[in-house]
Amino acid sequence: MDSIFTADFFAAVLSGAILAGMPLLLAALGETISEQAGLLDIGLEGTMLLGAYAGFVVTNWTGSYWVGFLAAIAAGIAVSLLMVVFCVRMGRDQIVVGIAILLSMEGLTSLLHAAQFGQSYPRLDAVPAVPIPGLSEIPVVGPSLFTQPLIVYIGVALVFVVAGLLSRTNLGLDIRAAGRTPVALDNAGVDVMKIRTVAALCTGALAGLGGGYLAIVTAGIFVPFMTGGLGFIAIVIAMLGRGRPVWVLIGSLLFGVALSVATALQLAGINVPTDVVQMLPFVTVIVALALFARQSYLPAALAQPFVRGRR
Amino acid sequence: MVNEASRGSAPVVGSSIPSAGRHWGRTFWQRAAPVVYGLIAGGVLLLVMGKNPIAFYWTTLESGLLTWSGLMQTIIRLAPLLLMSAGFIVAFQAGLWNIGGDGQFLLAAAVVAGLGAPALGVMPFWLVLPLLCVVGFLVGGAWTVVPSLMKAYYGMNEIITTLMMAFIGINLANILIKGPFLSHVTLVPQTDVIPWVYLLPFIPGTHIHVGIVIALVALVLVHFMQTRTSYGLRLRILGASPRAALHAGISVKRDIVTAFALSGGLIGLAAAVEVLGVWGYVRADWNPAFGMTLFAIVFLAGLDVLVVIPFVFFFAVIQIGGHEAARQAGLPNDFLLLLIGLILFFMVLTEWARTRGWLARLRGRHAGSMAAAAEEAAGDG
Repeated sequence: MDSIFTADFFAAVLSGAILAGMPLLLAALGETISEQAGLLDIGLEGTMLLGAYAGFVVTNWTGSYWVGFLAAIAAGIAVSLLMVVFCVRMGRDQIVVGIAILLSMEGLTSLLHAAQFGQSYPRLDAVPAVPIPGLSEIPVVGPSLFTQPLIVYIGVALVFVVAGLLSRTNLGLDIRAAGRTPVALDNAGVDVMKIRTVAALCTGALAGLGGGYLAIVTAGIFVPFMTGGLGFIAIVIAMLGRGRPVWVLIGSLLFGVALSVATALQLAGINVPTDVVQMLPFVTVIVALALFARQSYLPAALAQPFVRGRR
Repeated sequence: MVNEASRGSAPVVGSSIPSAGRHWGRTFWQRAAPVVYGLIAGGVLLLVMGKNPIAFYWTTLESGLLTWSGLMQTIIRLAPLLLMSAGFIVAFQAGLWNIGGDGQFLLAAAVVAGLGAPALGVMPFWLVLPLLCVVGFLVGGAWTVVPSLMKAYYGMNEIITTLMMAFIGINLANILIKGPFLSHVTLVPQTDVIPWVYLLPFIPGTHIHVGIVIALVALVLVHFMQTRTSYGLRLRILGASPRAALHAGISVKRDIVTAFALSGGLIGLAAAVEVLGVWGYVRADWNPAFGMTLFAIVFLAGLDVLVVIPFVFFFAVIQIGGHEAARQAGLPNDFLLLLIGLILFFMVLTEWARTRGWLARLRGRHAGSMAAAAEEAAGDG
């Protein structure tokens, strides 16, 4: 039994976890910012899909995956403009708008994909990995953890950027106030609409980038519905992270391991049902919540539109 | 405690909670207008893509509604869709976001299909069918117990818990189908097939199974519950304002749990009707994913179980007919998702246009009606 837990096995799990966990991390980081500002973005999956599509198409055209990532970010921001207009400005129901975003982006990307790639299925070249000198020479962990495309390091750095933003800057304070007591923020002379708009756009950018990563790095191809529920898992991770990006990172890696361990086990010759392994993190989280959670910890004004002067 | 708990997820749909006396015609047009706008926008989109929108919509209508076989298929599809909508409405009206409908649906479907063939071996088939419907109801309802208890007692946000339970349910359904319920006859992993003759009987003279009758009866019962019983009133108050519900002496915890169970139960019944009426078995990884689109549609219908019927009918027509229309136009089926998304955006827009400017007046009226409801409830108990 011990024989399968070889260095190769762990290497495969780790690199698989990062491959699967990065889109989750980026999207969940974005969702964290939104949630802290009082916006619940249920349409995250739709944002990721358009990001994935734009990232793939632009990388395919230009041959540069950096331009592709930028396109993915732009696409994500474009989708989040819908959130801004309908939820922040008009104060409409966030869940309804989120589902509208989800459905229309699923339809739109599938339609665009069919119109462009109905006949041919181009694949992108693998994104080159950059080893970190020194760290990448650690046995087992080194080659899998510290030899990654540059975007992975940027993604991990973003965790700390977002953490710093939320906890150490005035903007972060405003964002968190917009999610707790928007009235107080308004009374303090800060434009709640503006803060929530900024938060929504950040979410769009990060979720779009997450989608772009999925298409450009993980898959190398765009397939309709390729996010397959990742957006919803990201929402769960963001909610469990309670607004703390480091926990979002841990959660994303945990889910990444769960998503990749089944494949790794199969490579090692052990046939564990994928369903069981994919189910485990959710079961763990539910049990943990049932045992330890005693209160709600979401921002008080989450999913509630803010209208000036209304109490 | 409960106030604290519910603040984060207090329903934002308060203004669309229907009152007992409504103006049918006006309400219906107000609710149908976004559909028309959405169809027009979709038509423009079709034009842009070089397709003929009139041909597309005509084919949709023709093969979903105007031919006998298409109409029958539409009505057959209507049964699970209506039951699932009713399930969503029961929860949403009580201000409970049951996002995990697909998990409840699939798990109930897997259990019903898995138990179906073995059950036929030990008891007469006229007993098996109603029993399996009850099983579907119970499984769907049971799958809401964890989220609802956590919501009622810990104030845990139900969006996150139902979502997680949905993922667990979908995976568990697959585990059951590939494990204990696996058929050894077929190559594809699936449950044993319930013989065609033992499925739900047809309505005489048609090939429509009686699921639609079950669905309509269930809808009328839910409508009765919501408008004519104190339980329904309690749930409406809970949805309008958990705080008011608490102050009116309503047992909020019990009502959260029962409303959630009823919601999941109706969704489980939807699965049972679909499995026992149409398929007779369930394949691994089968997921019709009705949940998210129906989610959208019950909002279009203003969370009203009777108003939802024409909307779901319309949706069934475009699901059945749109399939053929998309095929003829050389478009992927998913165009329909875009169409529903557009309709939702227009719904949001028209609602906004209606309320802009007289927000203050509406607000006053809304607050008044809520206070009245709370008083009524206090008197009721």
